[in-house]
Amino acid sequence: MHPGLKDGNMSTLKLSFKVNGKLTSLAVAPNALLVDVLREDLGLTGTKAGCREGECGACTVLLDGEPVNSCLLPAMKAAGREVTTIEGLVQEDGTLHALQQSFTDQGASQCGFCTPAMILNAKALLDKAPHPDEGQIRQALSGVLCRCTGYRKIVQAVQNIAQGK
Amino acid sequence: MAHAFEKLHWSRELEFGQYLTPGSLDDALQMLADGKGQARVIAGGTDVIPELRRRHLKASILVDITRLPELRGITQEGEDIVLGGLVTHAQAPASALIRERAGLLAQGCAAVGSPQIRNLGTLAGNLISGQPAADASIPLLALDARVTIASLEGEREVPLKEFFLDVGKTVLDSTREVLTRIRFRALGPDQGGCYLRLSKRKALCLPMLVCAVQVTADPQAKVIKEAAIALGPVAPVPFREVRTEESLRGAAASRQVIAQAAENASAWCSPRDSLLRGSCDYRQEMVKVFVRRGLTKALEQAGCTLD
Ligand code: FES
Ligand code: FES
Repeated sequence: MHPGLKDGNMSTLKLSFKVNGKLTSLAVAPNALLVDVLREDLGLTGTKAGCREGECGACTVLLDGEPVNSCLLPAMKAAGREVTTIEGLVQEDGTLHALQQSFTDQGASQCGFCTPAMILNAKALLDKAPHPDEGQIRQALSGVLCRCTGYRKIVQAVQNIAQGK
Repeated sequence: MAHAFEKLHWSRELEFGQYLTPGSLDDALQMLADGKGQARVIAGGTDVIPELRRRHLKASILVDITRLPELRGITQEGEDIVLGGLVTHAQAPASALIRERAGLLAQGCAAVGSPQIRNLGTLAGNLISGQPAADASIPLLALDARVTIASLEGEREVPLKEFFLDVGKTVLDSTREVLTRIRFRALGPDQGGCYLRLSKRKALCLPMLVCAVQVTADPQAKVIKEAAIALGPVAPVPFREVRTEESLRGAAASRQVIAQAAENASAWCSPRDSLLRGSCDYRQEMVKVFVRRGLTKALEQAGCTLD
């Protein structure tokens, strides 16, 4: 462990960024990763930490609209930028985002560990190409592993939105 | 037990104590120099962070270069394409210039990791990580790319053929240098390229074999003027099959010549037996298939359809 870390005297950095539309400022350790800042400092536990090595994709968030692995992202990389997590998709009154509703309707979520990442990757795709074909959908979801569903229903849930169903 | 394992091989906490975000290349180089070997460049972080976790890499200061304006962008300078050191694996294939004039590189970039990884990881990082089958490095090697490396002492340009030293090792020292530009010639009308990849899955999967080919041809005379064949992993570094390339210089663009070249390339390279990537025998067979297919497709693109 870095000598400064344990003693708590390692100087912290100030991180200011937008999280789900809200300007947020907090002190973070220089070696903090975005996934931990989101989950532990900001309580946004919808973002999951799985492998912490960029393999599983469960930690996906949108950084200025692009999906990235938050386990590979030093928190300071988010400074001055906009981060969207799964919590940011729900409307103020609690209404689910169309993708969230579609996943629910299709039974596309079983244990749910991969679901936030699947939905955020799908959202990034639909924001760019509102009517993707199945190949584009599978490509967009290829960076998230699901160990429960077999993917079929996840793809279907996104397709239903893409086809305006 | 778990704790002992973590201490030795993998750590949840990353050990660096300072994270610096310079605003200019000069500042970045100064910070690295001040770090006296303890500081290291981080760009996309898709290799640096896992390597720090696995304790393959040690650094107490990280210098984040992703905000340097000097390192951005894809431009054309005459017949050259110039990529800034921060161009990501997502940005390269999104560029029409790269897709049309360096299609093999667009394909290689699109094969890296996952969409999220491609949004973060840079081509420069792909080169610097020095992996023998790196998906962007192999086509860049086939394109005879050169890189510009900056340090406080100044700039130097290195051809990729001299860049890779060993697995994970290159001529670039990330404790004091920054890779600022990647430059190569755009493919002309008498040229063609091809990128081929063999892997168990289509995403999040390291390749068993990667082959990138560039050819220059005379379509009227049906002659191969130049051929570049890059392969990985068949050696500790991304590999140019120079002997086969030489045998093709000035040769007829025929099926027979290409079949012979594929035989030669396969005989001359010896991939290791690997539980993960397949046996030597299998991959040697696949080298044959890929070199034949790669040359054929690249020649077609150069206007030379084989009879
Ligand atoms: S936790 Fe980030 S990719 Fe697995
Ligand atoms: S629903 Fe369990 S991992 Fe996807």
